[in-house]
Amino acid sequence: MTMARTFATRLGLRALGAAVTILLASLLVYGSLFLMPGDPVLALTGGRRLTPEQIEALRHAYGFDRSFAQGYLDWAGGVLHLDFGTSLTYQSDVGALITSRLDVSAPLIAYAASLALLFGLGLALLSAVKGGRVNRAMAVVASTATATPPFVSAIVLLAVFAVGLGWFPSTGAGDGGPADRLWHLTLPAIAMALVSFGVLSRVGHAAFTEELRREHVEVARSRGVGGAALITRHVVRNALAPLVTVIGVLLVSLFAGTAVVETAFGLDGVGSLLISSVSRRDFPVVQGIALIAVVLFVIVNTLVDLVLPLVDPRAAAGRKAAP
Amino acid sequence: MTLTIPRLRAKAARGRRRRPLTLVLATAFLVLVAAMGLLAPVLAPHSPDETSLLNALAPPGTEGHWLGTDSTGRDVLSRVMHGARLSLLAPLGVVLLSLVLGTAIGLLAARAGGWVDAVLSRGMDIVFAFPSLLLVILSVAVFGPGLTAPICVLAIAYTPFIGRVVRSVAIQEGARPYLESYRVMGFGELRVTLRHLLPNVLPVIIAQSALSFGYALVDLASLSYLGLGVRPPDADWGSMISQAQSAILQGSPWSGLMPGIAVLLTVVCVNLLGEHLGGSISGKRSEET
Repeated sequence: MTMARTFATRLGLRALGAAVTILLASLLVYGSLFLMPGDPVLALTGGRRLTPEQIEALRHAYGFDRSFAQGYLDWAGGVLHLDFGTSLTYQSDVGALITSRLDVSAPLIAYAASLALLFGLGLALLSAVKGGRVNRAMAVVASTATATPPFVSAIVLLAVFAVGLGWFPSTGAGDGGPADRLWHLTLPAIAMALVSFGVLSRVGHAAFTEELRREHVEVARSRGVGGAALITRHVVRNALAPLVTVIGVLLVSLFAGTAVVETAFGLDGVGSLLISSVSRRDFPVVQGIALIAVVLFVIVNTLVDLVLPLVDPRAAAGRKAAP
Repeated sequence: MTLTIPRLRAKAARGRRRRPLTLVLATAFLVLVAAMGLLAPVLAPHSPDETSLLNALAPPGTEGHWLGTDSTGRDVLSRVMHGARLSLLAPLGVVLLSLVLGTAIGLLAARAGGWVDAVLSRGMDIVFAFPSLLLVILSVAVFGPGLTAPICVLAIAYTPFIGRVVRSVAIQEGARPYLESYRVMGFGELRVTLRHLLPNVLPVIIAQSALSFGYALVDLASLSYLGLGVRPPDADWGSMISQAQSAILQGSPWSGLMPGIAVLLTVVCVNLLGEHLGGSISGKRSEET
């Protein structure tokens, strides 16, 4: 089979798998209403006092007056048109509510991901090349970072850098333009990035060390290739495959991490919206966020699977990456 | 098994000299924390719920309150000791449940093969792709607060950790001649799997369980920190940190930092143990193949 056809087959299979996953997840998100103890409408209203007309409207909106299949199809049809229903707390469109919260969450995730990538891979490369004492120090730093849960790093950062030293604000996302936003998001981004930083530096270290020991690096060195060219062309390029997989997993975990970090730092993002909606039993918002999260995870995982053979042609050929 | 254990030990002794010391320290700390939790009603100097507003927010080292007091004057040491109970028991429940589920699914996938394997493996891939913390938050949305639903959901979320490893080791082991010879001797498939294959997969399961325990502890503590886990008057380390949040912002961080340190040290020690177990097993495997 030619490369192009293999890739097309992979693409088709992956798209099919992604569609099945999203379908199953959406069934679960819709069906979870029926798993709730008691009458689903009462669970949905979460103890709020509603008029009989409002209850009837909810019953209709969620398809409880129809069969499960018909109700699901109607609901899913609305979701496909980005209609996630109306928030019970805010009385506003769920889609618009989530979009407005992305102003905080999107830069936060991007900030944290950049920190983790930059420092994680930087430390990995440094320790792989230097070895010895740097290597041992890095191992301690990386395993401590990996084991530090975001809520613990958040309170330590708050206690030391926000309250103790007063270098950073302790709550809120700021409203004075991009620089102010960046300043407000620095501590949250660090708290969120710490685990990913630790994981990346360990996986990166292992991948880089393995490549440095390989024969082709030795040959390149003996040919007189040295310094940056040796690292970028012969070491990093070959170590990309395992890193792409880990980076995909980390991006997904950063999205989940917003829930904790945004709550800890009092940020109005998607994560803190999810937490407040769960505790206020605002189910339409929870469903909307859950569905968007599922779609995001599936996209990231599919992208990783598709990028992998481009980075490492051996993966496309179906052979194991490492001999 | 009797053959591999001495080899494992010899390797550990020969390999890194410094490893055993950190391992001994990690084990000692975990035993200490478990004992503290177990004996909290006897050992704790105060009742964890005894408030005293005159003594609020005392710093660590205060007479009678070694680790200080929180914003309502409750003794932090006593609360950390009592908090250890739920903080450790709940993840233990998660690990035990996922152990049973993961081993069963992993062995079934490996032994049945074909479409059973394909469906189970794909299912585990899908569950694996979702962050466990998010699943557990969503479970609270459906089933309401409390720890029962989160424990069950986390057990399912961690099943692929165990299931995938068990499956791959069981496939490797299954290709070996000793299992075939048992089958030729007329033993049934179930008996061969449980009596002869399972013991050889056990070390991998134990190593993976240690790592899962650390993850589950963090997830459950995060859930309590978010106010969706344990309900008052019960408390774990996560809910203690959550209650200390306003004191931290007012410049008295100790009542929050202490349970935070407890979480951090416990997870570091559990990871050290799990990685050592996992490392010596993979070392053994690469040595043999």
